Amino acid sequence: MTAFFKRLALLLVTMLLVTALAFAAFTVIPADPTASILGMNATEEQIAALRAKLGLDLPLWQRYTTWLTDFVRGNFGTSYRFSMPVEDLLRPRVEATLALTGLSFLLIVAVSLPLGLLAAHKEDGLLDRLVTVCGQVTMSIPNFILGIGVIWLFALILGVFQQKYVPPEDGLWAHIRYLLFPALAVALPKTAMTVRLLRGSVLGELRQDYVRTAYSKGNAPRAVLVFHVLRNAMIPVVTFLAMTIPDIMAASIVIEQLFGIPGLGQMLISSIGNRDYPVVQAIVVIAAFVVVACSFLADLLYRLMDPRIGGR
Amino acid sequence: MMLEVENLSVVFRDRRPPLTAVDGVSFQMGEGELLGLAGESGSGKSRTAHAILGLLPAAAEVSGGVRFQGRDLLTMSSVERRQVQGKDISIVFQEPMTSLNPTMRVGRQVEDALRVHTKMAAPERKTRALEAMELAGLPDPERVYRAWPHELSGGMRQRAMIASALVLRPRLLIADEPTTALDVTVQAKILDTLREINRKEGTAILLISHDLLVIRNLCTRVAVMKDGRIVESGPVDQVFQSPREDYTKLLIASRPTRKKLQGGGSHG
Ligand SMILES: Nc1ncnc2c1ncn2[C@@H]1O[C@H](COP(=O)(O)OP(=O)(O)O)[C@@H](O)[C@H]1O
Ligand SMILES: [Mg+2]
Repeated sequence: MTAFFKRLALLLVTMLLVTALAFAAFTVIPADPTASILGMNATEEQIAALRAKLGLDLPLWQRYTTWLTDFVRGNFGTSYRFSMPVEDLLRPRVEATLALTGLSFLLIVAVSLPLGLLAAHKEDGLLDRLVTVCGQVTMSIPNFILGIGVIWLFALILGVFQQKYVPPEDGLWAHIRYLLFPALAVALPKTAMTVRLLRGSVLGELRQDYVRTAYSKGNAPRAVLVFHVLRNAMIPVVTFLAMTIPDIMAASIVIEQLFGIPGLGQMLISSIGNRDYPVVQAIVVIAAFVVVACSFLADLLYRLMDPRIGGR
Repeated sequence: MMLEVENLSVVFRDRRPPLTAVDGVSFQMGEGELLGLAGESGSGKSRTAHAILGLLPAAAEVSGGVRFQGRDLLTMSSVERRQVQGKDISIVFQEPMTSLNPTMRVGRQVEDALRVHTKMAAPERKTRALEAMELAGLPDPERVYRAWPHELSGGMRQRAMIASALVLRPRLLIADEPTTALDVTVQAKILDTLREINRKEGTAILLISHDLLVIRNLCTRVAVMKDGRIVESGPVDQVFQSPREDYTKLLIASRPTRKKLQGGGSHG
């Protein structure tokens, strides 16, 4: 339990550091947002008035604490470019990116768990070899190229995929159906890695003494796999899956560009170009939170699954 | 005879040259009998036991015959063999530290054979598991039932293994060096427990040990193995008082290591 609270404290400290860095970085950057808001011909008074309005004239630490408490309350500031609350601006974007990330994650889990188990169950069988070869290929191709491949195959050759983004308002199923194809491009390399990890983990466990004990009780091979080996073999896999969520999100952000999905990625790039700092800041903090939270989650799951470590 | 082992051989084909771990072993056991299988480390005792129960790795080739209650365990289908494993014949392995599943509570592991062989509901399984744990001499069975393996001492783990082997009251219990990894006082207590089980339940026990004193403590008959073969067998007292083989004398004289035996023996 104390280890759990230590981890939680570490998470908070990390987030404090990340937010401070994000805040400092975008405040220290020399370009003055007033110029991009008011244009070149603004008077001194106009600029001073805007600086006061934006809080740019206050001391740094005060601006940070105000910004942070606002942030925690879900008030992410106002976009310079769109003159609207950042949280309202980002909400649909976050939803789109999370939908793609979540769908990709589900795809990885749903495909790699049975494949990894089956490949290990019949080691060196036809499926095992097929999975190994396909895995090697997909693991070595970047998501972006895979995305182009998916479009080429499903849109141009098979014609089952219309490359026109369907927002969730136009029907949840159509939305998910659309996202399935970019999710495929995101999920393939990670699926291959997960299959390989699980397969190796299962094969390692099958060599353990407790497996022989299970057989000595009259368990059939499948029962040994499901009742005895699975939980042990899943420990490293679950940790890997949790740690890999940020990677999946990063890959989603790349793939969004290719599939015209209005997610965080597009927003981040255009906001950087326009020096829309509040938006950039918010996206950076959200991304950092995902990374830190997932590593916390990985640790927590590891403790829950392995009784030798948990409980302390 | 309850168990008839005839000309049993085990060859590891994955070795170059192929390694013969068990080389034409024959012996018999009656109902409720206490037989010891002695021999230096590496003489093939464990692999003999694994061959009887069909627990050898795929690379091992088995030949000969193992008849249990008249049926040949080696030629029957794997489905039929599974009906014998853990129900009519159980085994306690040499390694108490690693033979339990680290992520499964002890109680569930003791119950495992019940889950495999019966349709008992969970509460009844628990009752039976607690009984078996008591029989195996585990103190505070309720607590041990909920414990994780790593929370138990080596002796307790071995008792948990014994409980899991006994839960369906098998006719034959194979105990492979059940006390070797444990300290001497725990050793003696576990042997007492095995004797109790034999007396109360009529369970035949095949006790495997490199230590003839351990076998003398429990068994009435003994077979001595060397290099995969049985070199001498008979009533324990007779073998102890007038061993025919120098090898057996050395086993009796010392708690042997392989080196001592090879250095001191006139054969081998
Ligand atoms: N998986 C294996 N592959 C090759 N040789 C093995 C294997 N397991 C055991 N052996 C060999 O078989 C012989 C008998 O082993 P074992 O039955 O474990 O001996 P004991 O239990 O009497 O100490 C030993 O020489 C050992 O090296
Ligand atoms: Mg052995």
